[in-house]
Amino acid sequence: MHAVYPLVLGALLFAIGLYGVLARRSAIAVLMAIELLLNAVTLNLVSFGAILRDQYGMGQIFTLFIITIAAAETGLGLAIVLLLYRQRATADLGEQRELAEPVERFDADELLFSGETRGRGAAS
Amino acid sequence: MTHGYLSPTGLEIAFVLVGLVTLGSGLLVVTIKNLVYAALWLIVCMGSIGIEYLLLSAELLAWVQMLIYGGAIIVLFLFGLMLTRAPIGPTEELNVRNRWPAAIVGLGAAGTLVTVIVQAYQHTWFDPRDAVSLGTGQALGSQLFKYWVLPFELLSVLLLAALVGAIVLSASGRHASGVEEEED
Repeated sequence: MHAVYPLVLGALLFAIGLYGVLARRSAIAVLMAIELLLNAVTLNLVSFGAILRDQYGMGQIFTLFIITIAAAETGLGLAIVLLLYRQRATADLGEQRELAEPVERFDADELLFSGETRGRGAAS
Repeated sequence: MTHGYLSPTGLEIAFVLVGLVTLGSGLLVVTIKNLVYAALWLIVCMGSIGIEYLLLSAELLAWVQMLIYGGAIIVLFLFGLMLTRAPIGPTEELNVRNRWPAAIVGLGAAGTLVTVIVQAYQHTWFDPRDAVSLGTGQALGSQLFKYWVLPFELLSVLLLAALVGAIVLSASGRHASGVEEEED
């Protein structure tokens, strides 16, 4: 098999995932596009593993590791998206204009600690 | 022995056909307007990538890919869609504003990567059947525990950290939403 076929497939899949990450506005759709990106990378690893055939089996072992990390990343990402939805009632990334926590949730001493900027932000 | 591009082997034909399925379903995942359908097309995409792993003679990885991606991660996504009450029907405003800049970036990345890869690996030829013995469960397991034990253990710690992180996030979220409900 020519090495070009799997490598070009991985590159095109990566480009599709890049488009998805940039174009989608729903946070969960962005997470799906990130899965596409990770799969493009693992496809590259597997094909280089088959091309080079090193004695440590690096390509396939790293693919196993990446699949594990992707599972952990998806779980944590979805937990964050659910938290975002509970606090803001939307998971739309275009609507998230401010990343600071709401001012009311800070304790008094934390407000004192950085009172200047936050107080100004709340007043405006 | 030289291998031309005009006389493809059966393996290459199968690889390209499954690759077309992968690319088509991947495009549908990022462009389709219905989010649930996007998650379902992601199953097709992951499954066909699993078939590509089989064609590249990574046998164990193919089944891991089917199980973890086709099963667990898609179910997580569907649960996420359900819990955030994402619009089930087609939504118009899913990707309106950023579509053209994103398309330009995607096409630019695709063009650059494909050019570089074709220039670099034009004449590389390999037989996936030579690597069959590397992809079995026995070979992968012995390599994992012979050479990669430390990263393996590190990954278990990472999974534990992710578990604790997810629990902390969802617990604090429940507390915050409980406060909001009392205020309502």
